Formats: sequence, C-alpha cells, structure tokens
Amino acid sequence: MTHLDSELKQLRIDLLDMFELVLSQLDKSKEALVKLDKDLAREVLVNEKRVNSFELQIDRDCENIIALFNPVAIDLRFVLAVLKINSNLERVGDIAESVCQFVINFKLEPEKKLLEASRLLEMFDVSKEILRTVKEAFENEDTKLARSVFTQDETLDEININAHTIIAEFILANNDRINQSLYTLSMIRKLERVGDQCKNIAEEIIFYIEAKVLKHKSQQQKQESK
Amino acid sequence: MVFDDTLAKSIKHIKHHNMFKIESKDVHLHYGSFHALKGINMSIEKNTVTALIGPSGCGKSTFLRLFNRMNDLIDDVRIEGKCLIDGKDIYSKEVKIDDLRKRVGMVFQKPNPFPKTIFENVAYGLRVNGISHKSFIEERVERSLKQAALWDEVKDKLKKSAMALSGGQQQRLCIARALAIEPSVLLMDEPASALDPISTAKIEELIYELKNDFTIIIVTHNMQQAGRISDTTAFFYLGELVEVDNTKKIFTNPNDTRTQNYITGRFG
Repeated sequence: MTHLDSELKQLRIDLLDMFELVLSQLDKSKEALVKLDKDLAREVLVNEKRVNSFELQIDRDCENIIALFNPVAIDLRFVLAVLKINSNLERVGDIAESVCQFVINFKLEPEKKLLEASRLLEMFDVSKEILRTVKEAFENEDTKLARSVFTQDETLDEININAHTIIAEFILANNDRINQSLYTLSMIRKLERVGDQCKNIAEEIIFYIEAKVLKHKSQQQKQESK
Repeated sequence: MVFDDTLAKSIKHIKHHNMFKIESKDVHLHYGSFHALKGINMSIEKNTVTALIGPSGCGKSTFLRLFNRMNDLIDDVRIEGKCLIDGKDIYSKEVKIDDLRKRVGMVFQKPNPFPKTIFENVAYGLRVNGISHKSFIEERVERSLKQAALWDEVKDKLKKSAMALSGGQQQRLCIARALAIEPSVLLMDEPASALDPISTAKIEELIYELKNDFTIIIVTHNMQQAGRISDTTAFFYLGELVEVDNTKKIFTNPNDTRTQNYITGRFG
C-alpha cells in the first residue's frame, strides 16, 4: 500500500465515522421529540460541536492530501467527493440540531394526532433510511444503491408537499396548538432537506466511482445514466 | 538546590538530545569569497524525513553535504558554526571522517554502482571496514537488499554485474550499499531525479519505509516529491534558510511570501 493509499484509506474511515455520528444525531433527535426528552435534545446540541470539528478535520485532511500528494483520476475524484459529502453530512447534523432546538422550546408534549397526520415520524425514519443507504453505497462503492436514493427521496417530497394542508386543517381544529403545529411544519421542511443532502451525496458517490456528473440532471436522466 | 539545578540541566540536556538527531547551529559556509550558507539553524528529529527545497544554487546540497563532511574535499572551503549529530560536533578534532561516514550514508543523484557484481556492491562497505566473515556479510547483504526493496528482483542474480540493472534498480542498489554499513542517518541528493516515474514511485515508497529505522535528509527539486515523502520541509534561498516547518504547513500555508512564491511556481 502506497503512502497515498494509506491516507485515502484513513480518509474513508473518517468519513464513515462522520456518517455514523450524523446518523446517531438524527436518531437521537427523533427520540428526543417523541419522548419530549429535553436532556437528550441538549445532548444532541452538545454533540453538534463534535460534528462541526469532525467536518473541519476532514476538510483539513482533504486539503493536505491535495497539497501533498496531488492525487489524479479516481483518487482526485474521491478526495473531491469526500470534501462535498462531508459538507452535506454537516448540514444533516445541523438539521438534527434544529429539531432538538424545537424540542427544547416545546411547552407541551407533541400531540400524537398531529404527529400521525403530518407523518413527521415516518419522515424521520425515511430520512435515516436514506442516509443509511448512501452510507452503505459509499462504503461498498455501490452506485446502483446510490441511484436508489433518487426514488427513495420521493416519499419525503410527498410528505412535505401534503404537510401544508394537513397542518392548516389541524390548526383550524386545535386553536390552542398553533405554536406546536408551526414547529411541526418547520421540522417537516427541515427533514425534507435531509433527502436533498442525501441525493447530493449519492451524486458525489457516482461522480467518484463512474466519473459521471449528475448534478442538475432530471430524475429520468439520472436513472438513464447507468 | 545546586543538586536540583544540576539535575534539571541534565534532564534538559537528555531531553534535548533525545529529541534531535541532527542540528546545525549558526552555520556559515564560504567557497572562497562566495558566501554559500548564511547562518543556518536547523534541528532535525530522529526517524523523520526532511526535504530541502529551493532553486538551483540556493545552498541546499551544500547544506546536505555538511553532515558527512563532503564539503571538506573542496578547496578553499571555510565552515563556521556547529553541526551536531546525536549532540556531538562532527567537525571536532576527535571525530574521524571514516567513522562519521559509517554513521551517515549518502545516495547521489545518479546511480553510481561499482563495476562489480550486485553482491559485491553491497558487501563493499563491509569489506573496506575490515569485515571478512562470510556468513555475516551474506546475511547483511540480504538484509540490506530487502530493506532497499530490491531483494526479490535480484536474489537469483547476485553474481551478475550491477551495471546490467535498470536505473531504478541501480539506485536502490546504491541505497542498499549505503544501508549495509548500518548508518543512522541517510543523506539523499535528488535520488530520483534521473529515474522514470515508476522507479521514482518505488524510491519514494522506500524512503517512506526507511524512516522507521533512519533519519533522512533529502534534497529535491520536485515539490510534489517533497510533499509526498517528507515530514518537514526546509526552503533555502540565496544561502539562507527562509523557512522550515511541518510539510503540511509549508504546502498549505507557508509563513514567508518567498516560500509561497517558490512552491506555487512563481519563481525559481
């Protein structure tokens, strides 16, 4: 194994750790919301600092590899992809943090009817599943799996589109729950972004393995690019 | 109290010398009236690779050659300051040049094998140092060739002429020859500049491996090479040591504008 190979291997390990950290943040933010566990929410806020410092470390490692080893071809694409995936993961971490901020601000326990009707918890599960899929695709260099994310994301889009009407109806029927309803809508909007971040990650995985640029391409073009 | 002071000084002395394998203290070197090195201060840690970079004529090879006293061979050379290896001044009268060169191996720009067999090239240094025990020499030759990542390629043709090897193999043979006498310091003056990319990559990987056992100083014109293989990089310009720092720092955010301009190819 060359010196560059060992640096790239370490970078891969670090990014996988970053994936795990962000997945756990998302997991805890859901649990904090369901149980209205403000301590757990605070733990997520504290851990967000770890996510940020991990992001900086991976950025620095990418910068050093580019400066010291001048990688080319697949090695260069890998480092560029890691740089962008890292940034996307940090944003997913920010989303988990925002959810926990809402939890801390909640005065009342989340209304079960609202959670069910808005499909917020389902959204958490789908977000985590998509994130896990891109992690697995990255780990196994599986572009077919990465492409599956483009359709998985459609569920999040659908929940997000319907949320506005559902929340509006809930507010009309429950005047005393306006704040909580608006927080729920905000959380749905944020979780929808997790899907977008994961799609970006999937595009980067495909870019580094197949050297294909899928950015700004339609869903159909992305699927046809196989 | 006096005891405490003495103890503290001793601890400081031990720590200092455990930390640095090689040091230069305010070294000035003149070739006649030409001032080639201007007050160089540098400390090099054990088991590290230090790359010396800078434009031609900046003094990096002169600085490298200080440490096995090769500059002594040049007429009209004048050296001031101190060069220390393991805390001892290598220019003091007690140090014999032959002993110094057993501890400090050197590899040059162009491979320079002797017109002898592969085996005899590596055994040469041992024989001139009075070692004649056959099995000892055989064992040392094999170990050195393995360390130089050449054994697998030459183990079946040790009695063949070294001149028949490729350029890259010849250079690794020269490294094996330098390693055979078990130096602790390895000086390399552009060791890969005459080689093709594949051979260069092999030499670079070898250097990266060798630092576990040796302290290495390498002169290179190849900036990427310095980045790939060294822990510390020193930039020389017009006989001055402009900047020496962690290689990552030098290649991402050097302190001196001259270093930045050189590594980005804006001059030199």
